Amino acid sequence: MIRKNSRYIGIAAAVAAGLVISMWTGGCARRGRRTAATQQGDVAEAAVATYVAPGDLDEFYMFASGGHSGQIYVYGIPSMRHIATIPVFTPYPATGYGFDSGSKAMLGGYTWGDVHHPAISQTKGDYDGRWMFVNDNGNNRVARIDLRDFKTKEILGPLPNVSGNHGSSFVTPNTEYVLSASRFSIPLPKGTYLPIEKYATDYKGVVSGVQIDPNTGKMTLGWQILMPPFDFDLGDTGKGPSEGWAFWTTYNTERATGKLEVTSTQRDRDYIAAINWKAAEEAVKSGKTKMLGGVKVLDPKDVAGIVYLMPCSKSPHGVDVSPDGKYIIGSGKLQSITTVFNIEKIKTAINNKDFSGNEDGIPVLKYESIKDAEVNVGLGPLHTQFDDQGNAYTSLFVESAVAKWKLGTWEIVDKIPVAYNIGHLTAAEGNTMHPKGKYLVALNKLSHGRHLNVGPSQPEASQLISISGDKMKLLSDSFTEPEPHNAQIIKADRLKPIEVYPKEENKDPNAIWDVKNASVQRQGAGVTVKMVAVRSNFEPNHFEVNQGDKVTIYITNIEQTTDELHGFGLGEYNLNIVIDPGETKKIEFVADKPGVFPYYCTNFCSALHQEMQGYMLVKPKGAATARVAPRARRQVVARSLFSPPGGSQ
Amino acid sequence: MPPATPSGTRAAPFGAFLHRVDLFFDRELTARSRILILIGVLLVIPVYVFPLYRMTLIANQFPDGLDLSIYAYKLEGGRSAARDDLREINTLNHYIGMRPLLESDFSEFNWLPLAVGAFALLALRAVVIGRMSKLIDLVVLFVYFGLFSFWGFYRRLYEYGHNLDPTAPVKVKPFTPPLIGTQQIANFTVTNVPDVASYLMVGFAVCLLLAVWHSARHTPVE
Repeated sequence: MIRKNSRYIGIAAAVAAGLVISMWTGGCARRGRRTAATQQGDVAEAAVATYVAPGDLDEFYMFASGGHSGQIYVYGIPSMRHIATIPVFTPYPATGYGFDSGSKAMLGGYTWGDVHHPAISQTKGDYDGRWMFVNDNGNNRVARIDLRDFKTKEILGPLPNVSGNHGSSFVTPNTEYVLSASRFSIPLPKGTYLPIEKYATDYKGVVSGVQIDPNTGKMTLGWQILMPPFDFDLGDTGKGPSEGWAFWTTYNTERATGKLEVTSTQRDRDYIAAINWKAAEEAVKSGKTKMLGGVKVLDPKDVAGIVYLMPCSKSPHGVDVSPDGKYIIGSGKLQSITTVFNIEKIKTAINNKDFSGNEDGIPVLKYESIKDAEVNVGLGPLHTQFDDQGNAYTSLFVESAVAKWKLGTWEIVDKIPVAYNIGHLTAAEGNTMHPKGKYLVALNKLSHGRHLNVGPSQPEASQLISISGDKMKLLSDSFTEPEPHNAQIIKADRLKPIEVYPKEENKDPNAIWDVKNASVQRQGAGVTVKMVAVRSNFEPNHFEVNQGDKVTIYITNIEQTTDELHGFGLGEYNLNIVIDPGETKKIEFVADKPGVFPYYCTNFCSALHQEMQGYMLVKPKGAATARVAPRARRQVVARSLFSPPGGSQ
Repeated sequence: MPPATPSGTRAAPFGAFLHRVDLFFDRELTARSRILILIGVLLVIPVYVFPLYRMTLIANQFPDGLDLSIYAYKLEGGRSAARDDLREINTLNHYIGMRPLLESDFSEFNWLPLAVGAFALLALRAVVIGRMSKLIDLVVLFVYFGLFSFWGFYRRLYEYGHNLDPTAPVKVKPFTPPLIGTQQIANFTVTNVPDVASYLMVGFAVCLLLAVWHSARHTPVE
């Protein structure tokens, strides 16, 4: 905490609030039901633990996937306050995302995505805070967010051959790759038709290696591996002794179609697919690939040593590698056990060809030879996270609880109920080589009305749990935007985000930094406007075009002060962008509607924010030509009333 | 030892005074005085490096204050990843119709560094020639320079606070920010204080005066 003296007042306020709340909920029959973990005595303690006084900062960031909202939501921990939304796969007028030419092109016409598993870039198996990669399960894409400015910088895809980009996006310990596996199998390449009866034999799943440029973070689809038509679910990358490997759970190894609820749940064991991505990389280098859908593809039938299958308890959902890289932990959601595999045993079994069968030529390792333990964690185990004390935490969907157990001795040491039906759980840097302990967030699928009633469309519930002591303690409930699948918690001081785009870094050739350079130029049926936004003006503050003109507007926000954003909303042309300090954005549209259209600053900026407005005048077809400077000659537009700020700086 | 008298013994009292002054100006500077002047030169050279003045504008939304430093040759606003203070001060000032603070408007920036260099050279000249007259020249010029600069700075402050654009959206009563001290202007608490380079200049002046004093106290040996 940054400020000390205000803290005591804060604590007192929180305790008082806690007492009031406890009295109130005491008389409330149904709503605000407490779980056993927050009995009266714990309330004040929990309030103090989560209270972040005004002006103080949270200790951790949590980046939660927004599921089918297509976005990433940023929360502070321990307050669980929602701080910001990072639009990724869905237009977001609040930041103008998807309206300016750059972000519009990046979205490629898609208006939704399904974000599941954000992954912060790593160096030596720990978060380095440079980028975050997120998957789109819906339209099969991967996006990169730069954590320097919390902006989506790149969207790759739809990935060729990939359908249902669910088992994604998992970064390798030095961010060489973002690895991904397909949830749905289809005939390949995309566009191929094959009857559903051919599913078991001719439909294919795919594992993809998306290569990351170590300096720029730029993503390129490096290679793919053809897989049997299983449904690949979740994955994790190896580290330490398991570095070079990646693991994905599978369901429907029955290769069934139809009512999967029944047809895919007949086997007692499905698989975890173990991929040696370093071996795959070598095989690609030595040219063992064929081209499929424009991608270099490896077929494990032809290239041995890159894929193995590990039998795991029924329909496993999550697979997680322990911080030391020794254990691979798979949770069979339809049984009550979590299976722990040992990487050394896996390597030995591979060397000894200790196989129990094969699937399409892929060896199946003998279960008994690679397993270290079956931990009876509870009903419906899904995912496992880790702390800094050698403990594992496994979410139990069916049981609505989190089980804490010890790596090595495999004993269950604690269990805490959650509300309700937990999916993923995320601990502070809990999937790295050095977890931070302290906090865990249960990302629950159902809230069952543990909040003010908001009607049938209910939010999800995320619960903050303290894992500092021997016993887990529930600290707070918060209600998160749909739908947090997975999330990443990173120590706040690992990130050093900027607050303005420095003028020197703006390399946009159409940026202008002085209102004197504002211009309206015509070239044929195209009109280009170079505009400045600065408190509290747009320059030009009006411009004329002809109906049918293609209008291009470059707007530079010449502010260099934190939080001085300016919006540009153009009513009835369905346009709104927000330009951050030092940023230049471009919008393009056809002025097809005649008339006079006001534009105005949509992002409150100053005492004269309401005055920050202007007019686009569209002359109807057939009327005299709009008053715009002739071709290739710049016209200096009308000046504002008084000497402009920051002029010629 | 009594001062040497000119050949005539019946000199008028005024003539005697002038004579004493002449003798005073002709005095050789003591070694200590010369060292003091050299120390003064060492103090005055870094004037280029440090700011002369510092303005701080504190408001509710700027608890850490907007900073502006005035150097002998430039204006420098506080800069952080989150803010460019000079740009911000100008942006805010435009609401009350104040002219933007532009380096190109400050002719002082052209001659101030030259003047400081000239004083350093004049000081070295006094050390080398070692005559009181050279030192007194220097002191007189420097005092004049100091007073002129102060007046110039005051005039600047007055002009910026009084030549406000009559069409400005926010009308404020014309004002003069304090030369030294604090004043409330709209929502800002403005504090002006001399900074390191000003103290260095004062140090230079003190060294010169001490040099005068030391050589004046020690009557030269014939």
